[in-house]
Amino acid sequence: MSSIDVVVTGLGATTPLGADVASTWDGMLTGRSGVHALEEEWAGDLPVRIAASLAEDPTTHFDRVLLRRLDRSEQIALIAARQAWADAGFAPKDGGEGDSLDRERLAVTFGTGIGGALTLLAQDDILETRGPRKVSPFTIPMLMPNGPAAWVGLELGALAGVHSPASACATGAEAIAMGLDVIRSGRADVVVAGGTESVIAPLPIAGFAAMRALSTRNDEPERASRPWDKNRDGFVLGEGAGALVLERADHARARGARIYARLAGAGLSSDGFDIVQPHPDGQIRAMRLALENAGVSPSDVHHINAHATSTPVGDMLEVEAIRKAIGDHPVLTSTKSMTGHLLGAAGAVESIATVLAVHHGVVPPTLNLDDPDEALDLDVAAGKPRDLQINVAINNSFGFGGHNVALVFQRA
Amino acid sequence: MTREEIQNGLSEILEEVAGVNPDDVSEEKSFTEDLEVDSLSMVEVVVAAEEKFGVKIPDDAVQDLRTVGDAITFIEKAAA
Repeated sequence: MSSIDVVVTGLGATTPLGADVASTWDGMLTGRSGVHALEEEWAGDLPVRIAASLAEDPTTHFDRVLLRRLDRSEQIALIAARQAWADAGFAPKDGGEGDSLDRERLAVTFGTGIGGALTLLAQDDILETRGPRKVSPFTIPMLMPNGPAAWVGLELGALAGVHSPASACATGAEAIAMGLDVIRSGRADVVVAGGTESVIAPLPIAGFAAMRALSTRNDEPERASRPWDKNRDGFVLGEGAGALVLERADHARARGARIYARLAGAGLSSDGFDIVQPHPDGQIRAMRLALENAGVSPSDVHHINAHATSTPVGDMLEVEAIRKAIGDHPVLTSTKSMTGHLLGAAGAVESIATVLAVHHGVVPPTLNLDDPDEALDLDVAAGKPRDLQINVAINNSFGFGGHNVALVFQRA
Repeated sequence: MTREEIQNGLSEILEEVAGVNPDDVSEEKSFTEDLEVDSLSMVEVVVAAEEKFGVKIPDDAVQDLRTVGDAITFIEKAAA
């Protein structure tokens, strides 16, 4: 345990459910699905023709010149970070007087699972059809996976370091864990942490579909993401970004900031098993290490926002790991049933849902759990939200490559 | 093409790729110092100008194009 206490003071997101945290949270509590049919011509020949696209077109937030320099994943990272920054009570960089935060004490930890794939694909088209001289000089900064973190750091003037972990679907959570470490090690007082992903395009869809990882329930988009249900058949690709302002508790209190919850601890592990198949032992280790790191015991854990992506193997493996690491008492949910799987942004957006569950005392529902898997012997908030006084909640995120991250949030 | 026509064409490109106000564009203005066109945007300006005016502007010529007037002169000669 560290003597430095870290709290969450700002939240920002743009997701398939809404263009900000309030509309996303409202969508979760009302049990709305963000999944829809892909009407684009390019989707016609794909085995998967559903996705969870953003609720709002992000390009309206930027002028034409900046849009030439920002991949869509970078645009939404900036949107989420701006929201979180304002929500924490800090002033925008160009907002006149600004705030008194010492930028040498501000860091950014912000990741993406895949990076600027849309830029890579679009510029490859230009290369093939119009030649190398027409390729944008911004191609590299738009596709580099540290681009979103770098843009957030530039916009906020962060000088204490900009970091971009990449651990596939655990990226957003790993960024938050890294932010916690940065503050605990004394390198910053404030960290903007999060994740972003925007890869809804033929090649990424075909790639995930080739792994047989995606749901092919093309005729019923809203029913396709169904974690723990007997008839689940894969995850639904989503896009979005989430950002959290992490802050030293004494720093937050000194400036009178609103505190949503404590980020009490993080546990990270690797499976050492397979490049894509998960293993329960790694997940168990991550959860146990997270509790140890937070200084809490399994019985303190009231709620888990599970990784549960709606794949046949992964969902039940996690249930087994939760039972062994924590017990059968926490109330589970999978908000992926509504947002789809946001890949590198999942850990960030689901951490926001976990923080708000702790803050408001309510667990958002899991949609489409109509016929629970016979091996599901844990309590899931199915169909409707569950009022619950939460002391400690865990957000799980696991990624291809065998990355496991468990984050512990505690009522402040 | 007159110098004025070339300047108007450059103004359109500068507005499109770098957000430069056309009212700020005049022959004596430096691309980087006065108009704040950064190095990567300058690449876009050059490629767009080649297309618009049907000329070739080699990379080693670009470093000598300090002002808008320098670029107009280069394009005027190249198009002649």
